[in-house]
Amino acid sequence: MTGRPMTAGFTAGGLPSAWRQSLPQIIALAAVLLADWLIFPDFFQVRLQDGRLFGSIVDVFNRGAPVAILSIGMTLVIATRGIDLSVGAVMAIAGAVAATLINGGHGMAIAVLAALAVGIACGLWNGLLVAVLDIQPIVATLILMVAGRGIAQLITEGQIVTFVDPSLIAVANGSFLGIPMPVVITLAMLAITVLLFRTTALGLFIEAIGINRLSSTYAGVNTRIVLAIAYAWCGLTASVAGIIAAANIKGADANNAGLWLELDAILAVVIGGTSLFGGRFRLLLSFIGAIIIQAMNTGILLSGFKPEFNLIVKAAVIIVILIMQSDAPALLHGRYRRWRDSPAPGRETPERQAGGGAA
Amino acid sequence: MTSTEPLLAIRGLCKNFPGVKALDQVDFTLQAGEVHALLGENGAGKSTLIKVLTGIHGRNTGSISLDGVEITARDVAEAQRLGIGTVYQEVNLLPNLSVAENLYLGRQPKRFGFVDTRTMRRRAEALLRPYGLEIDCDALLGDYSVAVQQLIAIARAIDLSARVLILDEPTASLDRHEVDMLFATLRRLRAQGVGIIFVTHFLDQVYAIADRITVLRNGKRVGERAVADLPRLDLVQMMLGKELSAVEGSRKHRLALDAEPRISYRGYGRKRLVQPFDLDIRPGEVIGIAGLLGSGRTETAKLLFGIERADCGRVSAGNADLRLTGPRDAIARGFGFCPEDRKTEGIVGELSVRENIILALQARRGWLKPLSGREMREIADRFVARLDIRTSDIEKPIQFLSGGNQQKALLARWLAMDPQILILDEPTRGIDVGAHAEIIRLIEDLCQHGMSLVVISSELDEIVSYSDRIIVLVDRQHVGMLQGEEISTAAIIRHIAADGKAQAAQ
Repeated sequence: MTGRPMTAGFTAGGLPSAWRQSLPQIIALAAVLLADWLIFPDFFQVRLQDGRLFGSIVDVFNRGAPVAILSIGMTLVIATRGIDLSVGAVMAIAGAVAATLINGGHGMAIAVLAALAVGIACGLWNGLLVAVLDIQPIVATLILMVAGRGIAQLITEGQIVTFVDPSLIAVANGSFLGIPMPVVITLAMLAITVLLFRTTALGLFIEAIGINRLSSTYAGVNTRIVLAIAYAWCGLTASVAGIIAAANIKGADANNAGLWLELDAILAVVIGGTSLFGGRFRLLLSFIGAIIIQAMNTGILLSGFKPEFNLIVKAAVIIVILIMQSDAPALLHGRYRRWRDSPAPGRETPERQAGGGAA
Repeated sequence: MTSTEPLLAIRGLCKNFPGVKALDQVDFTLQAGEVHALLGENGAGKSTLIKVLTGIHGRNTGSISLDGVEITARDVAEAQRLGIGTVYQEVNLLPNLSVAENLYLGRQPKRFGFVDTRTMRRRAEALLRPYGLEIDCDALLGDYSVAVQQLIAIARAIDLSARVLILDEPTASLDRHEVDMLFATLRRLRAQGVGIIFVTHFLDQVYAIADRITVLRNGKRVGERAVADLPRLDLVQMMLGKELSAVEGSRKHRLALDAEPRISYRGYGRKRLVQPFDLDIRPGEVIGIAGLLGSGRTETAKLLFGIERADCGRVSAGNADLRLTGPRDAIARGFGFCPEDRKTEGIVGELSVRENIILALQARRGWLKPLSGREMREIADRFVARLDIRTSDIEKPIQFLSGGNQQKALLARWLAMDPQILILDEPTRGIDVGAHAEIIRLIEDLCQHGMSLVVISSELDEIVSYSDRIIVLVDRQHVGMLQGEEISTAAIIRHIAADGKAQAAQ
């Protein structure tokens, strides 16, 4: 069942079954969590301490927050048939802005709002390059990926800017109703994004542009504005993740904040079943994808394997998940059945014979 | 006809694609030292014939012989080795390599195992001199104009021992002077005994250069004639498959000239696309656009809808000038546009029939005012019923529908907006007979309710039957406007054939 292509829900004639489409991701998450539990029997144990939940499973969500938040914005961009390589660098810029402002004596609100605004501005820059100047997204966002670290370093003047402001630190270390703040922020971002893109027509426009930009333009969709919004929102999510990352280490590290996280975010989106060729997107499944990645990281850490294994195991698991989602199992099965059932020549054989006979 | 053995002889060639007979018992002969024009409308089988000849497609039955020897090329490279060279409209060389490298790609002169650049350049210069090209062979191919690139491609093909040279629409993007340059080369090669197959849509050029003409239609050979024995009028009739005596449609063509135009174009055009034209679109009329393939029909539609921006002229409604800088402007004025290429410009394949139908309406409402699920389903259901769109479910991705049903869903997309002016580019191409008739009925029904329609079609009978006025296009120019009693297939054919030179007299 899991090997069916994603369109199975449609071709069966019924309504698209959200559940059936989510099955590969849910099974993968369950399998990774099960493996974690087998390796570390206390994995699901949760305890309340100082009004905050602790435990390995809580840790998965807490540590997975930055990638999960990035994957939300990345989903939108990938759905437009784009990609945003700059989110890691934008994280560094946002962290640098927040840390510098808070140390400059500005309040928490100013520091956070300024960081978010800078994130949106970065996203709009990417959007401008992609939507108006028609630069390929991978090249357009590569520019900010490279330049962004430089900008962050200029802001921090090459230092790691540490801060002690308790309200900013609470963004990573605080909790709400016992739930760690990063998890709360992630769920809030997810909810806001679903609300903004799914209860308006933006989600439909994004999918339409990702599938066929020309047709969408001819149907009157304002493709440039929609693209700019998708990239701007992606920049916003990057700045949120950047503030959390900075708060977590109580400092802004322009060189290492968010390093390579764009790749994890892209991976989370792909595991979540959104095609890199654009089109249909599922925000919740990208979130699950991010959690799968973090659950693997945590599991390998807990298992006591050398960290080197981490990357290799991760790669293997990802390949399995992607094969599960793809048409490959169905195709292989079909080919096997054809091979088994009929050794008779295919449709083109007579043509080949005619062509060959004439030679 | 000469009695000599033909250079290239094709006998009884058949090629089937699933569900289509692309070539049906086609014969074709090419003599050494002649330019043979291969003509036909879209879907006639010209490109299939060339692809079979050059080994891109296999064939089902039939034989191809070169100099009396049967050949079967398995790919383009083998065809080239056998002596059949092909030059396409989009030059299939490498723009990022130098001219010399392109000419000697895969057979570079070597010295001590290294490419001998100096010899290569010297040979390249010598090779190009007879073509009148005194150019820097070290410069990148991409730095030269398409015309020069084409000559270089021809030089390469001939140098690779081509005795048969196939030119597939070589002149489509050339200006007059460049065409002359190309023709001078073709005449020289013809004198050397090369057999040239020339595919084009420009009838003037056929009469300027070709010795013989073979016309294909619907995968069959209509006939082969010497150019001298074939007046233009007869040629156009062969291509379009119409007899001048054909009985015309029974519909009364209305003269709606008294009504105020909804929208007026004056001196509207764009360089290299469509020559400036005037056009008034009035309520309740059907304007047909007729012309051969490549005459600027689709380009006209795209100008009207704002997809292509005009570089001259103006457009106005009532007394006010309009800005028409993109589809959104046109849609805001009540336009709708069903493009010829449904797949790449019309449908959004993976979206459902429902989403495809409401897309334009939703785009006009803006993203902040989404249609509710109920409203969307209601609209989709209404049009599925009204236009009889055959789909098991409105949630089915539109790409799984047949061509006719996709076309109806696109019509529904615009009808849901209640447009004033609907532009239909080849609305009946590639769809089954049933849907065909329904769409024609719909066109007539819509204009009865006051909608203005602009319809492009290669089906002359069709366009004659429903149009109130017909614009005839030749070579990207509006050459005629037929209205009322003047409308007939014969008149259209006469206008198309009349273009150009003295042939008009015939």
